[in-house]
Order: sequence, then structure tokens, then C-alpha cells
Amino acid sequence: MGGREATMVLLDENGIRCDGRKIDETRKITIKAGVLKNADGSAYIEFGDNKILVGIFGPRDVHPKHMSDTDTGILRVRYHMEPFSVTERKNPAPSRREIEISKVIKEALEPAVMLEKFPRTAVDVFIEVLQADGGTRCAALSAASVALADAGIPMRDLVAACASGKVADTIVLDVNNEEDQAGQADMPIGYMPNLKKITLLQLDGILTPEEYKKCVEVGVNGCKIVYELQKKALTDKYFGNGSD
Amino acid sequence: MASKSVIDELKKTQILELLEQGKRVDGRALDEPREISIETNAIPKANGSAKVRLGDTEVLCGVKIQPDRPFPDMGDKGIFICTAELLPLSHPTVETGPPQPHVIELARVTDRGIRESHMIDLSQLVIEKDKSVVGVFADIVVIDYDGNLFDACSYAATAALLTSTTPKWTMVDDKVTLVDGEESPLPTTTIPVSVTMGKIGNYIIVDPNGDEWDSMDARITITTNSDGNICALQKGGSDGFTQEEIVQCGEISVRVGAKIREKLKESQQGSQ
Repeated sequence: MGGREATMVLLDENGIRCDGRKIDETRKITIKAGVLKNADGSAYIEFGDNKILVGIFGPRDVHPKHMSDTDTGILRVRYHMEPFSVTERKNPAPSRREIEISKVIKEALEPAVMLEKFPRTAVDVFIEVLQADGGTRCAALSAASVALADAGIPMRDLVAACASGKVADTIVLDVNNEEDQAGQADMPIGYMPNLKKITLLQLDGILTPEEYKKCVEVGVNGCKIVYELQKKALTDKYFGNGSD
Repeated sequence: MASKSVIDELKKTQILELLEQGKRVDGRALDEPREISIETNAIPKANGSAKVRLGDTEVLCGVKIQPDRPFPDMGDKGIFICTAELLPLSHPTVETGPPQPHVIELARVTDRGIRESHMIDLSQLVIEKDKSVVGVFADIVVIDYDGNLFDACSYAATAALLTSTTPKWTMVDDKVTLVDGEESPLPTTTIPVSVTMGKIGNYIIVDPNGDEWDSMDARITITTNSDGNICALQKGGSDGFTQEEIVQCGEISVRVGAKIREKLKESQQGSQ
């Protein structure tokens, strides 16, 4: 973890966290499906102070051609942060961190997407982090699932994502930026609730085997909360208020 | 490595058929890592080094220790950076040029396992607060490939760091100056051990070899520290794990990791 000294009380005696949440509470999450005109599918998520936009193109021709696969479609994911999304300006060129996150998000989505129906094509997922505040990969993954569904790409399940972690010796849900910097562990989880499969899992920080088990459990429960909001975003677009 | 061929499909079928009988292609038990050999001080010009063979996977780590500027918000801590690279001689599919995403992931996962375990006591590596600190650079190169680079790289870096000695510097007239003849072991607090498991069908196998690596549906790398706690984890591959499997993998990593930690300790004692 960041290893920085906490300048604030991370968890008070009533079990209230630095941003006023309870230990099993997520930040405020809003997801909207279909927010872009040109993309085949899109979604916008606000996850606490994270603001992330996802656009989907495809299935479409693969360029360069040698990347295409005659047996299946391929998924390509670009996770990118805007220079203005963080406190200190970020160099706009893709960092090693962004390349790694792109890869783990791609691998988290692949089990859900039925790409075998579209051989020789590519589905491109473009994730743009407009503002970052801890937990961007989970927010981005949740939004990307909604955007893929919005693009009409056949899916086995949505991938919902949420982080759990250890803050002030307590396992908590949805670690925010301050807790990530000063906390003891951060475990982002991506989960397909219907298929009961974990498709993204990382961990920074030290956990005993018991805490580890608890942390996975808490995170999976968080994913189920996000899942409901993802479904709501899709029903709102396709069945809500008589539009579309 | 990356390209799937008919041969790979046949191999996968064979590997899966064997697993159904409780066997692996090279005769190991499902939770049995390949033989590990560690040669420390392989590069005497480095401050610490180790060549590690994990089956037929071979990697080399050299540690360089030199004064550096601290990170702006970490003026009271030394610097630790770990990199990993696949040499073009390690496999026919490796090309020169900017690193591929899977190599970047390899380097970052190896770095994270060591960093998050707090193996190196960075607070002891300060020359002058906010001005100059000691930088520890563990650079790993892959020499020969036969699967599971994550663990091979982690063991090489850990063994190299355990046997590293650091020179001593002081500030003289605002300049960092080497104090001759004052070398001491690098301050370490714990021994991180990464254990990578592959999932093929519904089977979890420890330390997949090259053929198994090409056949797996998903993988998970879990790093534990000397207290038997879990300090870093990375899931990869295009399939998922159930919650039960994740817990099971955690247990395997603690159990198998403890045995490997003894090997790393032996290599440290052997070099003294």
C-alpha cells in the first residue's frame, strides 16, 4: 500500500469512515447507458468522485489484419487517464500502469463476451478516465460491461466490480483514494453474479488467511450491489419512460 | 507462447485427460512446483544477484544499489524498483522493441509482490531526508522460457535481494560521498514468496510448465510473507475462478510458499 501516514481518522469509534460511510457501504454510484452518438455502445459511470466514460466499437474489421483470429472475435481494451484527471498533471502517453490495467480489464471481460460468434472481428473498448479518485479499474470495468451490453454484443453475464480492503484493521467495502493511500490493503474484484465467477482479482497489502477470505466475501457482496445498478442503467435506457 | 495452433489444442486435450486421472504431463502432483535451483552471486559486479532455474525456465536477477533522489512525497524512504525483460534468446516468439503488455504485467506483478511484503526496510535507506536516498534496482532478465515466469522472476529477485550488500554514503559539503569499505547487508524484514497456479478445466495446478501455461484457462499469482499472510495477488487469463477456488488458491499459496521460502533461506545462508 501507499505506506503514507494517515492525516485523518480512517475509522472512528462508531465504525464511520473518513467520508462518512459505514464499513459495508459503497460510495454513491450512478451509471448511464448509451451516452455517445457515434459509438456502437457506451456508458458513463460516476463512482464516488470517479468519472469514467466508456465507448464500444464493433464487432468490426481488425486492423492490423494479422491480429485477427479465424476462430473467434478479439477484444481490445484501452484504459486511458486524461492528463487533468488527477491532482498532478499526468503525462498523456500510456503509462505501464495503464497498459497493465487495460490487460486485466480485458481478461475480466473476455469470459462474459460471446466473441466466438464473430470470427475475424474485433470489439474495441475505449475507457477514458475523466476524473480519478481511487478504484478506477473497478468503476471502469463495471461501466465497460454496461457499454458492451448497450452495444448489443451477446454476453453470458455482466461483470460487476467493486474493491474491498483493510482500513484501520477492519475489512471494508469500496476503498476510496484516502483509504487506498493510508490503508492496509486494497483488493479490486470483478465478478459475474449469475455465473458466480470472479474474473478480476488483484491485491495490494497484507492480509491474514482469514482476512483474505473475508475480503473476497465482502468484495463479492459489493459486486452484487453494483450489478443491480448496472441492470438498472440498461433497463432505464431500453424500457424506461417510453423512450427508445 | 501467444499463437494457438492445432498442436496446442491437442496438447490441451492430453493435459486435461491426464488431469482427469489426477496426473500431470511431467508426472508432478497437482500442488507440486518444479525443482528450483538458485545460484546466488552469479554476477559479482552487481551488489547482489541470483540465477534461478524453475524446471527449464531460467531467469537472472542483478541488483544495483546507488544513490538517487527520493520520490517527492517519500523523502524519508529509499527507492525500490524491479523490472523484468524477456531476452530475444529466451524463446522464438520474443521480438525486440517496446515491451508487450504481458511483459509489463510480469514486471509489475514481480515488483508488487516484493514491495507489498515490505521486504526491504526502505526507512533505513535514507542518506539525507528529502534530498538523497539509496535506490535499490532489481533488474530481471529471462534467459530461457518454459512457463511460469512470475514465480521464477520473484524467486530470482528475492534471492538476489537477500544476498545483496549495500555500500554506505554520507553527505559531505552537500555532496553524496561514498564511505570506503563500509558495506552492510541490505536491510530486509521478510521473505516474500509468490506461488502461481493455473486453472485448466476445473483443476488447479501449481507452477504450470510451458505446455500447461499455453493450455490454461486462467491463472492466479499469490505472494505470501514469512508470517504466512497474503500480501499481493494477481489474477490473469480469460476465465474466472469461483469464490471457493480463490480461497483454495490462498491456502495452497501459504502451504507451498512455506516450503519454497526454506529454499530461499538456504540460498541466502549458502552465500554467506
